[in-house]
Amino acid sequence: MSDTRPAWRSRLTGWDTIIAVLTVLVLIIASFSVENFGTSRNFTFMVLDLLPIILIALPMTMIIVTGEIDLSVASTLGLTSSMMGWLWNQGLSIETIIPLCVVIGAICGVVNGFLITGLGLPSLAVTIGTLALYRGLAFVVLGDGAVADFPWNYTGWVTGTIGDGAVPNVLILIVALAVIFGIVQHATPFGRSLYAIGANAQAAHFSGIRVARTKFWLYVVSGAVAGLVGVLWTLRYSSARADNGAGLELAVVAAVLLGGVSIFGGKGSLPGVLAGVVLLTALQNALRLEDVSGQALNIVTGSLLVLSVLLPNITTAVRGNWHRRKLRQAAAR
Amino acid sequence: MLRSPRTLLSVTSAALLVAGLTACGGTTKDSNTNSGSGTQASAAADPNAALKEGLKIAFLPKQLNNPYSDVETGGGKVAVGELKGEYKLVGPNDASASSQVSYINTLIQQQQDVIVVAANDPNAVCPSLNQARAAKIKVITFDSDASKDCRDAFINQATTQGIGESLAKMALEQAGSDGGEIAVLSATPNATNQNSWIEVMKKELEKPDYAKLKLVKVAYGNDDDQKSFQEAQGLLQSYPNLKVIVAPTTVGIAAAARYISSSSYKGKVAVTGLGLPNQMREYVKDNTVTKFALWNPADIGYLAAYAGAAMASGQITGAEGEKFKAGKLGEYTIGANGEIVLGPPTEFTKENIDQFNF
Repeated sequence: MSDTRPAWRSRLTGWDTIIAVLTVLVLIIASFSVENFGTSRNFTFMVLDLLPIILIALPMTMIIVTGEIDLSVASTLGLTSSMMGWLWNQGLSIETIIPLCVVIGAICGVVNGFLITGLGLPSLAVTIGTLALYRGLAFVVLGDGAVADFPWNYTGWVTGTIGDGAVPNVLILIVALAVIFGIVQHATPFGRSLYAIGANAQAAHFSGIRVARTKFWLYVVSGAVAGLVGVLWTLRYSSARADNGAGLELAVVAAVLLGGVSIFGGKGSLPGVLAGVVLLTALQNALRLEDVSGQALNIVTGSLLVLSVLLPNITTAVRGNWHRRKLRQAAAR
Repeated sequence: MLRSPRTLLSVTSAALLVAGLTACGGTTKDSNTNSGSGTQASAAADPNAALKEGLKIAFLPKQLNNPYSDVETGGGKVAVGELKGEYKLVGPNDASASSQVSYINTLIQQQQDVIVVAANDPNAVCPSLNQARAAKIKVITFDSDASKDCRDAFINQATTQGIGESLAKMALEQAGSDGGEIAVLSATPNATNQNSWIEVMKKELEKPDYAKLKLVKVAYGNDDDQKSFQEAQGLLQSYPNLKVIVAPTTVGIAAAARYISSSSYKGKVAVTGLGLPNQMREYVKDNTVTKFALWNPADIGYLAAYAGAAMASGQITGAEGEKFKAGKLGEYTIGANGEIVLGPPTEFTKENIDQFNF
C-alpha cells in the first residue's frame, strides 16, 4: 500500500483490528445479554466447535496469502477419519493409528502440491477435484458404515477439560499450533516470502524465493493438519465415518476471509483470522442459545462474510479518494 | 523455524520415527474395554407420582423442514400443550452426523427437562447426550435410536421385523401372482432405519412364498426429492422389466410415484412402501399407487412427549416392565432396552386415505 500514515495508525484501522474489536464486543455483549452464554461449560462447547475450523485455518491462511486455495481439506479430514476406523478394525493400536493418519493427510497434501506446483495446474480446479476424489476414497474405505468403539481415554480426552475445570484439553493444542504457525508466518523469512509470493509471484521468483517449493510444502502441511483434525473429529464424536466434516472447507475459507485475508493473496494476518473464527463461532453459539433458527443463522453468517469482503474495499476506496484530494490541494498551493 | 524444505523433511522423518517407536504396544481394538458409558438412572420409579407441569420439553429431529418430522414434532407439540409444559423445536438444516451435537449442547445450556431426539448417528451424539443426562435432563429418542447406553428410552414406531415383513408383503401383492423384478429406493446409504428394514425384507424374500420376487437393486435417493426422482428414472432404464419399486422413505416414495405417474410406465410399474397420505393422495387417486403403509407419525411425537414427562416426573426410569399413561393413546409398557413400541403400521388405500390428514 502506498500509505504514508504512521504504522500505529494503519494498524489501528486495519481490518484485523476491527474484526478483533468486533469479536471482543460480541463476546462481552453476549455474556451479559444471552442467558447461559458466559458459563464455563458453554466455553468448553464453543472451543470444541471451533477446534476443527481454527486448526485447518492455520495453514489455509498461509495458502490464501500466497494467492492459492485448498478446498480439499474437509475431504482429507473425511478420508483420514475413514482410514482411522478401518485401521482400528484391522487391530492396530490407536497410538500407531494417530501418527499414521497425520501422514495420510500429508500424502493427500503431497498429491495436491504435486498437481499444483509440479504440473502448474490452478489450485482452485485441482482442489475441487481432490475434494471429490478424497471423499470418494473415504467411502471406498469405510462404505456407509461407522466405527465407534474407540478407547474412552482418547475420546474422553478430546471432549474433556483440564482437571475437570473450565479449560478444555484441546485448547492446549490450539494455542500451541497457533503460536507455531503465528511465529512462522509473521516472524521468519519463510513467512515473509509467502506475502511476497502472494503480492507478485514473478517478482518473488526473481528475488530468489523458491515459489513452487514453498507452495508445495504449504499443501503438505495443510494436508497433515487436516489429517490431525480428522483424528480429533473422529475422537470427539466417537464415530469414524466417510461423511465426517463434509462442507467444513467453506466454514474455514469464510473464517479466513472474515479475518481480513485477501482472497487475491498478499494480505492478511493470523491474529485477524483467529478473531474471525472466534467471531463466527461465538455469534452462532449466542444466536442458537437465543433460539434463532438454523436458516436465520446462515443468513447472519452469510451477510457477515459479504460485509467482510465489501467493507475493506469501500474503506480503501474512500481512503484513496481522500489521499488524492489532499495531493490535489497540495499541488494547487 | 522450518526455514528450508530440508528442515521440514527432517522434522517429518523424525515424526515418522516417533510413529514407528510408539507402534510397539498400545491400545488396540482387542485390548479396549469401553468403560465410558453414561450415568444410569439411580432413583426408583414411583408409578403414582403426579405429572409435573411446566416441564421444558425440547424436540431435536434429524433436520428441520422435513414434512415427515414436522408431523412427528407437531404431535409432540399437542402433547406438551396437554401437559402444560414448554415446547421447543430446534434442529440443523442438514441431516449430517455431527451437526446435532451443537444443538444438544445448546439445550444442555438452556437447562431443558427433556430432550426428544432423532439421532442422525447413533454414536456421534452419545457424548453430548450423556452430558445432558449428567445434567439431569431426560433423553428420549424417537424415529432413529441412539446407542442404548446414552438415552433413557426409545420410542419405536414399529418393530423392525414388522416393517420389513410388511414391505415384502406389499411388494408381493403389487407384483401379482407371476412375481417379477423388484427394486428398493431407500434414503441415505447410512440411514439406520431403512437399512435394518431392508435387511429384514431381504430375509423375507428368501422364503418360499416370495420365490417369484427378485430384488435387483437397492438405490439411494439420499432423502432428496430430485435425487430420488433421478434414481427412480435410472432404475427403470437399467431394469426395463421392473414390476415394483419399494421405497421405505416418504421422500423416495413420493418422488418415485411422481416419476411413474408422468411416464409411460404408469400402470405397468407399481410403487409402494412407506409414505405420507397427504403427499401420496394424488398418486393413489390416479391409480399409480394402490397401497402403502405408515404408522401415524404424530403419535410418535405425542408418545415421546408423554414418556419424557412421565420420566421427568419420576413415574418411570426406563426400566423394563414399567407402565405409564400417554394421554389419548392409553397405557404403554416399557420393553427390553428401554424400548416403547407405538403399535402396528396403518395401511393406506384409495378407500381409507381421505380419513388421514398428515
